[in-house]
Amino acid sequence: MSVELLSRIQFAFTIAFHYIYPPLSIGLGVALVIMEGLYLKTKNPIFQQMTKFWVRIFALTFALGVATGIVMEFEFGTNWATYSRYVGDVFGSALAAEGIFAFFLESGFLAVLVFGWNKVSPRMHFFSTLMVSLGSMLSAVWIVVANSWQQTPAGYHIVGEGINARAEITDFWQMVFNPSSVERLSHTLSGAWLSGSFLILSVSAFYLLKNKHTDFAIRSFKVGLSIAIFASLFQLVTGHSSAVGVSKNQPAKLAAYEAHFDSNKVADMYLFGWVNEKNQKVNFGVSIPNFLSYLVHGDFNTPIKGLNAFKKDEIPPVNFVFQTYHLMVAIGFALIGLSLLGLFYLWRGTLFQKKWLLKIFVLSVLLPQAANQLGWFSAEVGRQPWIVQGLLRTSDALSKAVEANQVIFSLVLFSIIYALLLVLFLYLLNEKIQHGPLEADLVASEYEKQKMIFSKNQK
Amino acid sequence: MEFNFDLNSIWFILIGVLLTGYAILDGFDLGVGSLHLFMKGDTNRRILINSIGPVWDGNEVWLVTGGGALFAAFPHVYATVFSGFYTAFMILLFVLIFRAVAIEFRSKQTMQWWRTAWDTAFSVSSILIAFLMGVAIGNIITGIPVGSDKEFAGTFLGLINPFTVMVGITTVSLFMMHGAIYLMMKTEGEVQTIVRTWTNNTIIFFVICYISTTMATLIYFPEMVQPFKTHPWLFILALLNMLAVANIPRSIHLGKEFKAFLSSAASIAALLALFAIGLYPNIVKSTIDPAYHLNIYNASSSQETLKIMFIIALIGVPFVLTYTVSIYWIFRGKVKIDSMSY
Repeated sequence: MSVELLSRIQFAFTIAFHYIYPPLSIGLGVALVIMEGLYLKTKNPIFQQMTKFWVRIFALTFALGVATGIVMEFEFGTNWATYSRYVGDVFGSALAAEGIFAFFLESGFLAVLVFGWNKVSPRMHFFSTLMVSLGSMLSAVWIVVANSWQQTPAGYHIVGEGINARAEITDFWQMVFNPSSVERLSHTLSGAWLSGSFLILSVSAFYLLKNKHTDFAIRSFKVGLSIAIFASLFQLVTGHSSAVGVSKNQPAKLAAYEAHFDSNKVADMYLFGWVNEKNQKVNFGVSIPNFLSYLVHGDFNTPIKGLNAFKKDEIPPVNFVFQTYHLMVAIGFALIGLSLLGLFYLWRGTLFQKKWLLKIFVLSVLLPQAANQLGWFSAEVGRQPWIVQGLLRTSDALSKAVEANQVIFSLVLFSIIYALLLVLFLYLLNEKIQHGPLEADLVASEYEKQKMIFSKNQK
Repeated sequence: MEFNFDLNSIWFILIGVLLTGYAILDGFDLGVGSLHLFMKGDTNRRILINSIGPVWDGNEVWLVTGGGALFAAFPHVYATVFSGFYTAFMILLFVLIFRAVAIEFRSKQTMQWWRTAWDTAFSVSSILIAFLMGVAIGNIITGIPVGSDKEFAGTFLGLINPFTVMVGITTVSLFMMHGAIYLMMKTEGEVQTIVRTWTNNTIIFFVICYISTTMATLIYFPEMVQPFKTHPWLFILALLNMLAVANIPRSIHLGKEFKAFLSSAASIAALLALFAIGLYPNIVKSTIDPAYHLNIYNASSSQETLKIMFIIALIGVPFVLTYTVSIYWIFRGKVKIDSMSY
């Protein structure tokens, strides 16, 4: 196998594995802020117990996110050296901002969040929770800005020629607010909120089915459900604006999403299908006629640029992009349906007796995970053959000093160590869930106790 | 080479500061890890791990940020070194992951074999990380085969030679000393008595390594001391380094462990400053032709990027320092094991 293929497999594998964890941390972070906020407001110890339990899960996902995240930073240099030389000047500021504003914030306050219960006041602890949550979202900001620049480059000019060419920044804010940044960031973030909230829903539903920790589970479920309802509906909005953005900025990608070949035709929107790339047909397809034209242009009769308008070597693999995109959309709608169904039965007061629905919620944790992965696959593969849209081809972005056997070596090692990591993650997650919330966490913290004793003595 | 006060030089210094921050902070937790297996008894080992429990993660962020800053400020250095040292850096990544996992998972089960296995993983990976970083620094001193296209033209095994291995071992000894002194601050009673003997032994270990490496550098790489011939006042740094090392046993003897830790931190900073001065204005020296050296000018990003990043650093660094100091302040004092501990 070629260095290019091996490096692409390795990058796809390591980034996909990494991306299991940060969305969970981001989503759980928001839930922690809500739970601890409720604790501060109501002083009801059940909220402290909830916060402490979910902090333990959060710490686990965070640790795996950090461990697999360092790999990503190294891999730009190890496997994609030419790309690094090309984009270093542009990515530089985004990466520097990520390190200084986000990583230090997260990891510093994480120490207080996990270990600081008895060392700082409840308000200070809540502030730390807030900062960890903010930090986790800030890291998403900068990395999505950098990735969006690869989709829709802006605020740069090209210096040098041939192998010495590279992009240099001309306008920092244009780079940050490039045409796709905002919609892609909001889409990514609400995807992350979904994966965190559905983990909470899943674990809570599991406890309810087992009749364990009922009070804890009902309250956790409600926090999870409120995030899920907001995020799944918000996802519809951001998903739509992302698709409209792609139609303007990356027409080849949009055409691949919907397998639209002929530029003179109005475009249908498929619900599903199987693309025959040779015959330029969609088999077994069910579609809403002309609806893509309507979504993009607000008019059912305006044609949309099709794949045939591009050179053969400038379009992505159509069926792969089509399938990943449509599966993501389908899951997105399923999540909306599930969240609203949960809300409906909660309103009717029968939700926690509906065993079948709780069973679905237990399994639903996998849905946002799958949608996140599929969405990124369609976004990244949909940009091919470019690594930076229109500027640098993936095949030109490799490390010249690296040989195939070196990549095979690292790929094998990654496979082994990541398999081990996944087993350990699931094992420990299961362990924590089986163990459940601690009775001891219902008791006020050491700090609170001291304060109570102190105020008694004052009287 | 004269010092030019421009953005390129500022970024050379700033990356140096980030890596020094990393060496001082992650240095002690790598040191604690390297010494871990010498401690006997499960409770005692938990005390060791929990002494670094709340901070090791944050310490590693200095490496991530240092790497990011290198990518940003000197993309050619980042690209050449990371792709050139491919296999070495992959091994480094694996041990970094392994160590993180070992810390997280060690105390999650009570089985003897489980804990022994993770203890070994934690300690061996800590030693390997320190060693590999030392070898990397060694290669920066010796220079590596870099061609006219700025690409690395050597092999993995070519990176390993007696001198680079020596720098690797010196780094391990330095972090062990630093970690032992840190443990003096964080432990008490029986554990502290054990750590006290470690401190003495590791100081001796470090001084022997330090003297041999310095002599080897003076003999084989005299260009590293060229700036000191033209600017004799730079010898103050070397002198400060000696004084800092000498102050460590004195402070420990007087029971001033924090002062001993500061001295050890100062000696790390002085060592890296000596290294940086010897290197400036080059970052990666080519053994093929001095014309192919990657220096702070031919390997850097544009002036615009260096300027933007400098502004970001000016805004961000005060925050970083504030919360780094706050975290260490909140978790000051001797280690206590509780329900949230590792």
